[in-house]
Amino acid sequence: MAILLNSKTAVLVQGFTGKIGSFHAKEMMDYGTNVVGGVTPGKGGTDHLGVPVFNTVKGAVKETGAEASIVFVPPPFAADSIMEAADAGIKTCVCITDGIPTQDMIRVKRYMRRYKFEDRMRLIGPNCAGMITPGQAMMGIMPGHIYMPGRVGIVGRSGTLGYEAASQLQAVGIGVSTSVGIGGDPINGSSFRDILELFEQDNDTDAVVMIGEIGGPQEAAAAAYARDNMTKPLIAYIAGLSAPKGRRMGHAGAIISAFGESAQEKVEILKEAGVHISPTPSQFGETVQGVLSELKKAA
Amino acid sequence: MDIHEYQAKEILSRFNVSVPRGGLAYSPEQATYRAREIGGDNWVVKAQIHSGARGKAGGIKVCSTDSEIADAADFLLGRRLVTHQTGSAGKLVSRLYVEAATDISREIYLGFVMDRTTERIMIVASGSGGMEIEEIAEREPETIIRASVDPGVGMQTFQAREIAFGLGLEPGQVGKAVETIMGCYAAFSNLDAAMLEINPLVVTGAGDLIALDAKMSFDENALFRRPHIAELRDKSQEDPRETYANDRGLSYVGLDGNIGCIINGAGLAMATLDMIKLAGGEPANFLDIGGGASPERVAKSFRAVLRDQNVKVVLVNIFAGINRCDWVAEGVLKAIEEVGVEVPLVVRLAGTNVEEGRRIIEESGHEILLADTLAEAAEMAVSAWKKQTN
Repeated sequence: MAILLNSKTAVLVQGFTGKIGSFHAKEMMDYGTNVVGGVTPGKGGTDHLGVPVFNTVKGAVKETGAEASIVFVPPPFAADSIMEAADAGIKTCVCITDGIPTQDMIRVKRYMRRYKFEDRMRLIGPNCAGMITPGQAMMGIMPGHIYMPGRVGIVGRSGTLGYEAASQLQAVGIGVSTSVGIGGDPINGSSFRDILELFEQDNDTDAVVMIGEIGGPQEAAAAAYARDNMTKPLIAYIAGLSAPKGRRMGHAGAIISAFGESAQEKVEILKEAGVHISPTPSQFGETVQGVLSELKKAA
Repeated sequence: MDIHEYQAKEILSRFNVSVPRGGLAYSPEQATYRAREIGGDNWVVKAQIHSGARGKAGGIKVCSTDSEIADAADFLLGRRLVTHQTGSAGKLVSRLYVEAATDISREIYLGFVMDRTTERIMIVASGSGGMEIEEIAEREPETIIRASVDPGVGMQTFQAREIAFGLGLEPGQVGKAVETIMGCYAAFSNLDAAMLEINPLVVTGAGDLIALDAKMSFDENALFRRPHIAELRDKSQEDPRETYANDRGLSYVGLDGNIGCIINGAGLAMATLDMIKLAGGEPANFLDIGGGASPERVAKSFRAVLRDQNVKVVLVNIFAGINRCDWVAEGVLKAIEEVGVEVPLVVRLAGTNVEEGRRIIEESGHEILLADTLAEAAEMAVSAWKKQTN
């Protein structure tokens, strides 16, 4: 039944009645997502798009039994909304908002650690396109029609590059179990490793596509996880092979960032860990096809 | 967002970090006047640009007479300094900072940065400061002191004390070092900094601790709540192409090639740049048009990309999710009519309403090269560029 999201998942929309929240909530409902309500402080007690609006996430959870939420709240207030969801007992929160201050995200991550691991909310994003389990439900802003239901998982930082991968898979007749966008911010809720772990445990996923980028330690951590813990094949592409070196002023970043932050280095690390590499962003389809046919031969 | 040395020093001195006496100058006359105000008989005239390694590029002059100061100022003002951080165009010097020269007995490196691995503010210090800190990090990584701050409670005094003793400071200097480190941390965390570096922090002959140089940059996502920091932006230090585009809400980075790019999403933009390089071309820019690409926004992007005289081909690659391909197509036509596109134009559309978008382009009667895939778009753009150079 894919990961994190299916047709039964009861979803709340935070920032529900705003222009962006309304637009995407409607798209999500049209796709089949079980949207049970929304939160906009001050508008509690009214109805919007045929479901009730609440003043607080706690109130909404109590009335609707929502287990997931999606955040469309503007950047200055988004961190607060994520923490509100964590405190209200939401299990999975997707934050679409782009432009949250880094120190706010540090605070969010610290706040979430106050809950025991088994009670802790899983945060996806921020600054991401959300997630979709094709044919079942969508918590995000992606064009649903480019995802065909199937058995390959996708996890990526970039929204549109994830669309590119999904549509290339569709073009060669390969479907997707779940696609998760973890977002482009330096500090985010779930890492590549976190999502790979879920796909590894999922009976409906046979292989995983990972779309990384230059910068940060998460691709190297994912490579180590794939090498040590994954039985399913992982296919990766790292964007930014041609990116110029950052024009930063100081040296402090260069001192703490160890080996492995450039796209070339990440590709090397992944290759050494036995991960299949899609050499270019236009070869997702053929690379995954090749890996899947090897799998079939082996079976 | 980067700021100048003199601005960083002004901020840090408010947080109890000692800095040399200094003043800003826009002309040789002002520079000599500042020196007299400061007093003493040795001064340093420092070019204010957003880059490190200014000394190596000739941007820092030690002077001991009025005429030396005037000459240094005359030499530096209006000059473009090239360092390994500025690119070949260099950065324009339009402000000078004149400081009392400091009697140095020891140099220390002190840096604060956001660490993505621990997701905390991290302090990096080394007893061997100066310009070669990156080399020290590589050759003797064990000599570098690191500490990270628990975001729940903030930096604690004992951490600053450990760093001070770790640097081998005399007991009499530790108190001042703790004050300096805690001050830097407070400035970093209270003002939403992204990077703070004092290189070098010096121990003077008299045993005082003084920040001889200071660099700070700030989290752009937090500028909405730091209006006094936002005011410190100096557009003369930015690539004018970037200033124009960024001021219009487009995420743009200027590059050195000839293929202008208009793409939605940072990841897809990077991937498209990769494909252009693989096809044998060089991109002129990175441009992420963002969500909601209305026809106006597409036209605006064309204006930004075509301001660059080096652009010989424009490549539009939009994978519409929130966007709609028909809007993008209308935007392309609007740009052709309003802005005038004199160079070959390659358009690749995918996602929501793609058929409608392609139909609008095809029926427009304009000469637009339509590509189906990412690879095809890159190849078409590169071959259109090569045709012109041959």
